[in-house]
Amino acid sequence: MTLTQLEDHVQQTRRDILRMVHAVNSGHPGGSLGCTEFFTALYGEIMDYSTDFKMDGIGEDLFFLSNGHISPVFYSTLARFGFFPVEELKTFRKIDSRLQGHPTTHEGLPGIRIASGSLGQGLSVAIGAALAKKLNNDDKLVYTLHGDGELQEGQIWEALMFASAKGVDNLISTIDYNGRQIDGDTKDVLDLGNLRAKLEAFDWLVLEEKEGNNLEKVIAILQKAKSETGKGKPVAIILHTEMGNGIDYMMGSHSWHGKAPNDELLEKGLLQNPETDLKDY
Amino acid sequence: MIDVTYNEKKDTRSGFGDGLTELGRTNPNVVALCADLIGSLKMDDFIKENPERFVQVGIAEANMMGIAAGLTIGGKIPFTGTFANFSTGRVYDQIRQSIAYSDKNVKICASHAGLTLGEDGATHQILEDIGLMKMLPGMTVINPCDYNQTKAATIAIAEHHGPVYLRFGRPAVPVFTSPEQDFEIGKGVMIHEGIDVTIVATGHLVWEAMLAVNELEKEGISAELINIHTIKPLDEEIILNSVRKTGKVVTCEEHNKFGGLGESVARLLTEKYPVKQAFVATNDTFGESGTPAELMKKYGLDSTDIVNKVKGLMM
Repeated sequence: MTLTQLEDHVQQTRRDILRMVHAVNSGHPGGSLGCTEFFTALYGEIMDYSTDFKMDGIGEDLFFLSNGHISPVFYSTLARFGFFPVEELKTFRKIDSRLQGHPTTHEGLPGIRIASGSLGQGLSVAIGAALAKKLNNDDKLVYTLHGDGELQEGQIWEALMFASAKGVDNLISTIDYNGRQIDGDTKDVLDLGNLRAKLEAFDWLVLEEKEGNNLEKVIAILQKAKSETGKGKPVAIILHTEMGNGIDYMMGSHSWHGKAPNDELLEKGLLQNPETDLKDY
Repeated sequence: MIDVTYNEKKDTRSGFGDGLTELGRTNPNVVALCADLIGSLKMDDFIKENPERFVQVGIAEANMMGIAAGLTIGGKIPFTGTFANFSTGRVYDQIRQSIAYSDKNVKICASHAGLTLGEDGATHQILEDIGLMKMLPGMTVINPCDYNQTKAATIAIAEHHGPVYLRFGRPAVPVFTSPEQDFEIGKGVMIHEGIDVTIVATGHLVWEAMLAVNELEKEGISAELINIHTIKPLDEEIILNSVRKTGKVVTCEEHNKFGGLGESVARLLTEKYPVKQAFVATNDTFGESGTPAELMKKYGLDSTDIVNKVKGLMM
């Protein structure tokens, strides 16, 4: 895919996110918008996968979203890259939908391999999937995404300790480092301190990208991470992002973590991100 | 009278360990995980024979449950091993979201359940685990009664797709079921037929109930005894058929009366055939340090208590 095509995906996904959360006046646009470039890079450029979805994912790269509340960007990406019809985005958070508020396998939505929402669990699950790949002699990779606030959960640190101690080196975990969580700035709620030093002390190979909303740079850091797999250590990417990226009134604050725009602000956000050739759902 | 002679006493956890060893030889997809309790869970032989299929997670049970869930995605059948307390209450949300809600084929194998853990005391003696696990949609809950049944159950759950909670214990108890038994999940076992009262027992209490049946018979009371090794799904038919005949039921378990087998039976009978029921279970309490026998006596879980509860119903 060309960079222009990928940029169209980013823009269309931003529209999807806004429209999905607006339609049900709920959901999490802030973190979703901050990770739109990451998702587009992952599914548009980085991962090797089949849209003919099979739970076991043998012979495919796998992705686990640990901070499940940013489901809008996950759903839009899965739909836009062919896992299920784009029209189904209309059903987000509505009764009888496969697009639950937080991702789940329970309704059989293609592309989802674990429920997430209660934070801190995805890294452990991904480690298990990565171990299964090793047992199956499957050389494909396992990717995860975590919120930075999510790192406050203790299970994450159990999993970080395990992955390096046991040499889980087919795993690339990205931290959405936007510095914000529901109650405010992460440094005020519970400061992560020197995250890079902490991850390195847990013996992970740590990469960092300051421009996590620059699509080319996100692709580059993910490619760099891929090149570092298979060397005995799990790989972490600290991806500096902007919560609410691409929507001017959402950026620079934590207040759009879990709040939908009203009619007026929806229009404003859509005007900032015009419809692309991919078309609205 | 029930024949209560036996050749040996063995711990149910050894039944788990030996069942797992057999699975290691017969099912290449079975993997085992442990949170620093290999010896207690009797996993040594499996590990010796299949080192590549064993994951030592250290003292990190939440991580263990997540890793187990992830292993299923690649087609593995993970058996997690730790004490019952750390297999359930400590990791409830991990089991709920990553295993039960995600429909992952994880076998949660829990030793040292109940009071018979003994001297370690209440921090380790979980009496709420059956309730915690049976509340989870899709979870199968099994509490076998002796070494042979635990071994058979361990082997059987590998063939069942879906999350399972397998509960067993620490002390050596009489081995009285057949080593050749065909373990059928969700199917109660008729141990002794009677006409005056139905006794429904699970786990270590099955043996105590057998002793109680003989004691009652001496006093002219004919008790029917059913071994309910699977608390969920409950074998409704065997229980209903029995209480239609006897009109009374006593449930027996090494668990709090809130949330255990007794409540499952009460729910069933309230819906389909209300009868008088008595509960042999702990009475909304934590345990304490002591020998297993002392604890079972103090907390009202031995054969004498079953006899007394039955007599109370007969009045």
